[in-house]
Amino acid sequence: MSERVFRVWRGADEGDLTEYRVEVNEGEVVLDVLHRLQATQTPDLAVRWNCKAGKCGSCSVEINGVPRLSCMTRMSVFAEDEVVTVTPMRTFPVIRDLVCDVSFNYDKAREIPSFTPDPATSPGDFRMAQVDVERSQEFRKCIECFLCNNVCHVIRDHEENKEHFSGPRFLMRVAELEMHPEDTADRRAIAQDEFGLGYCNITKCCTEVCPEGIRITDNALIPMKERVADRKYDPLVWLGSKIGVRPKDTPIVPNVRHPRE
Amino acid sequence: MTPPEGAPPARARIRIPERTLRTDRWWLGPLFTTLGLATFVVYATLRVFQQDHYWVQEHHYLTPFYSPCLAAQCAPDAALLGRLPVEFPPLVPYALLSLPFLLLFRLTCYYYRKAYYRSIWQAPTACAVREPHRSYTGETRPLMLPQNGHRYFFYVAFVITLINTWDMFVPFLHGTNGGFGVGLGNVIMLLNVLMLWGYTLSCHSCRHIMGGRLRAFGRHPVRYRLWTGVSRLNDRHMHFGWASIATLIATDAYIALVSSGVITDPRFFN
Repeated sequence: MSERVFRVWRGADEGDLTEYRVEVNEGEVVLDVLHRLQATQTPDLAVRWNCKAGKCGSCSVEINGVPRLSCMTRMSVFAEDEVVTVTPMRTFPVIRDLVCDVSFNYDKAREIPSFTPDPATSPGDFRMAQVDVERSQEFRKCIECFLCNNVCHVIRDHEENKEHFSGPRFLMRVAELEMHPEDTADRRAIAQDEFGLGYCNITKCCTEVCPEGIRITDNALIPMKERVADRKYDPLVWLGSKIGVRPKDTPIVPNVRHPRE
Repeated sequence: MTPPEGAPPARARIRIPERTLRTDRWWLGPLFTTLGLATFVVYATLRVFQQDHYWVQEHHYLTPFYSPCLAAQCAPDAALLGRLPVEFPPLVPYALLSLPFLLLFRLTCYYYRKAYYRSIWQAPTACAVREPHRSYTGETRPLMLPQNGHRYFFYVAFVITLINTWDMFVPFLHGTNGGFGVGLGNVIMLLNVLMLWGYTLSCHSCRHIMGGRLRAFGRHPVRYRLWTGVSRLNDRHMHFGWASIATLIATDAYIALVSSGVITDPRFFN
């Protein structure tokens, strides 16, 4: 057992960092210590959490400036005398203390055209090869902790881009659907024009913070950028599409975007 | 204006004046990246414009910075594609056909984009570190659209790497007494070509072309195998990027030193 210094964000947007001295035991994670703070010193500390196993994606915060799950951050990674600073995610509006309003993400999720199989097929008709299942399975590991969207500088440092940029989580969702062998929609144009793939400058922060180890940039965003290049910027592919038949661009889901004021 | 009744309260993000609360040495990576890139750019610029010490006649070593050699001043044996009938003035690279494309291949490379966006353009310098720019449009502006042409620079780079491979094989047939021979220069050039192939084939556009663009791998087993192979290389694209920069400098410096008579090429066989 040892005593550590924690600085925790208290209040809403204009709150501040409050310092606490708190007991820490061997094997504990940051969320354990936050719970101890609630139990012993500040019962009104707001913390969102659920599974404590790194699978629900609820306890996303920033610990010493790095976006992480508090339930998966062991106290042993810090030096004995290191002050641990815990703040809410910076990209989303804070409700109170460490709890953010992440509804931005749900709004973006609704805009994506969902899985669109050939209408002529019936349930039970699909036969997918294992290799095709594995490809999108990586993206299905996402626990929607939104750490990737939080760390992405496109909206973290430039809030005005939120309207035009869905963030890595949802560009990955678009990629997942585009790589589905039974999907018939073509989301390449809207990935660029509506979901803001062009804003991504592939600096890989989303991959760095992903607690599930999904290679978001290499396996979703860059392949999606290459597909967009096929659709919009490659003259040879364009020529081929004029000779052959190109699928029609699928628009975003109607009536999901707030009208501009 | 008061919000309408029943509307959720307007919320804002937390305001922290510090650029970042990170306590680790996040600046180290961008610093080393900048130093590495600057070293390569300065070295390559000086050598490309030097117009000398690029060819070792005895063993037919040709530096990759001068391949294919096109100027009328080129040594006849160094000009794989022949020589143009004009002498290149100072500050015009002898490898005028290949160097601009190789530069563009690396400039539009997905790894190098990450490297220079972070360390030079500082967008962002490191993850969760506030960038210094007031606005950000990423790669949406017309000036940035050539980044989408990476695949075309890959095609050209593929052909140039074939030429580099030829340049690497030829010296094996020019031993000290004629015929087959192996010297330290051959080993360095071989290593360089391996790294160049590693970098070229691990390219993200190559991965896309090989099979990444398919919706269903199950119906294309050959392309799936190609994609799998390139994906394995692609995991190490950054490493190949830096390793090939290092071997390019090493190969060129070695050939320059041998060519200028500063050192002699140690021979292992003939």
